[in-house]
Amino acid sequence: MNAGHVLRRLLGAIPLLFGISLILFAVIHLAPGGPLDVYADNPSVSPEALEEIKQAYGLDRPLPVQYALWLKSMLLGNWGYSIRTGRPVVEEIRDRLGPTLELGGLAMAVSLVLALPLGVISAARRHSTLDHLLTFLSFAGISIPVFWLALLLQLLFSIALGWLPSAGYETIGSGSFGDRLAHIAMPAAVLSLATIASWSRYIRSGMVEVLNEDYIRTAYAKGRRELGVIIHHALRNALIPAVTIIALDLASIISGAVITETVFAWPGVGRLFIESMDGRDYPVLMGLMMMGSLAIVLANILADLTYALLDPRIRYD
Amino acid sequence: MTDAADTLREPIAPRRGYWAQALRRFLSHRPAVAGLAFLLLMAAATIIGPQFLPYGYDDQDFDLIGSPGAMSQSHWLGSDELGRDALTRLLYGGRVSLAVGLAGALIATTLGTIIGALAGFYRGIVDSLLMRFTDVMLSIPPLPLVLLLSGLLRPSVPLLIAIIGALIWMGTARLVRSQFLALREREFVEAARALGAGGPRLILRHILPNAVGPITVAATLAVGSSILLESALSFLGFGVQPPVPTWGNLLNTATPWLSQAPWLAIPPGLCIFGTVLATNFVGDGLRDAMEPRG
Repeated sequence: MNAGHVLRRLLGAIPLLFGISLILFAVIHLAPGGPLDVYADNPSVSPEALEEIKQAYGLDRPLPVQYALWLKSMLLGNWGYSIRTGRPVVEEIRDRLGPTLELGGLAMAVSLVLALPLGVISAARRHSTLDHLLTFLSFAGISIPVFWLALLLQLLFSIALGWLPSAGYETIGSGSFGDRLAHIAMPAAVLSLATIASWSRYIRSGMVEVLNEDYIRTAYAKGRRELGVIIHHALRNALIPAVTIIALDLASIISGAVITETVFAWPGVGRLFIESMDGRDYPVLMGLMMMGSLAIVLANILADLTYALLDPRIRYD
Repeated sequence: MTDAADTLREPIAPRRGYWAQALRRFLSHRPAVAGLAFLLLMAAATIIGPQFLPYGYDDQDFDLIGSPGAMSQSHWLGSDELGRDALTRLLYGGRVSLAVGLAGALIATTLGTIIGALAGFYRGIVDSLLMRFTDVMLSIPPLPLVLLLSGLLRPSVPLLIAIIGALIWMGTARLVRSQFLALREREFVEAARALGAGGPRLILRHILPNAVGPITVAATLAVGSSILLESALSFLGFGVQPPVPTWGNLLNTATPWLSQAPWLAIPPGLCIFGTVLATNFVGDGLRDAMEPRG
């Protein structure tokens, strides 16, 4: 791996992002209705005023022109203005990014801490009762609808037991560390369950593969204990198949957890997305989708580069 | 002489066919068999179940309007705030959810197979164009994109199925492409080509049948994803619109009453959970059965 390769990959992402922006723009603008529909039936907004608003936002121009203008300002760092609030899209998103990154970051950290040992134990004790149990649980984890899991947790911990607040970011006027921890606990648990389930499967299958290698037998023959073999000899290679899925899940943090944030009234990017949907706020929707796509594209590149770091046999040229 | 010729025509040793072997392997996969039984039961319940119930899905019991009714002799799973029987709506909702799941997966599999087959068979510029398009589709965050489309279009059930199918074909396309890239180099394809078979015939008659296993597995898993997707959309209010019930929008209407009437929120979620879990087990069993050592 060298600087030239990294540069080539980054350049290759440009046509990809161009294609993504074209599709998103078409989807958003070709749909019937628009952000000004709410004014159309409003008797206090005259047709002339409506026309003026249209012109102010450039909504009267032909679509290709709108796209070109949008692309130009996007490249210059101006993501437009929210139709609902009039504030710059960048500010709207920035205000919501904090809670989203807090929630997503905590959930992913918990996922990694749990998925790693679970996957490794499953592989090391293959076909044991524990392995079968963990396999069943991981199938359950990827099959359970997140919104239902969220409702069940609310039912148990907020309504029945009264231990945790059912929704929100913090208690108004409190906002102590303990209070915020109580608010983030359930959404973080809901978010991490599916990732724990899928990551531990990837880590397990990677580990199973590696433990069958000759060099592992050699390590045992030399007298290393199982724990030492797993940590020092097997782990690094076993993680390779999980790299892509972990990178993509990490990238998905940035588009916000739409469902979880909705159920728990978490003031993050996912909520902003739903609010912008209700208001048909094109510039904000476009900004959010582009940000999420950019994260996925970069995560894919990062995953490929990590492969090369973990496995010297992989050469890109 | 004739005897010898006849013996030669007979198989040397009795050999089980691929499908018989696959069936045997599938039946020995217990979670998959249990999953299949569950799915058949669920399908039967949602298809014929409503006929045994005295209510339609939008029949209202006017004495019960205002707040959700408790479970009772006449309403086994209670009634919603509009006085409608919860069990009846659960079964009708299952019809819609299962139909969307199956049809969405069918569309996704068809699209993915066509795109993957063309890319893998013709390679070159066709492959580049189709795979760049696949990359683009894979780079857009999936749930927001589905929400965007269904939120903007406010779709009917058939349109919703088309949207779901149009957004989850990419994995199948990549899978089919890699199968085709490998299979097109095999001797039997070369032989067929030497005998004068053209592109469409090679694709449909010679290569595709050899890729049926992985495609079936992917299709089964797609059923689970489209059921989850539909229920998430309907739960958020962007999917199938009331009064038509689906498991997702039943949960949507049950949410505001969660503390007063938890019995309305548990069954629909349990049905989604059980159905998706069952399809995932069936998919796992099919993988073991149809792709041994692969």
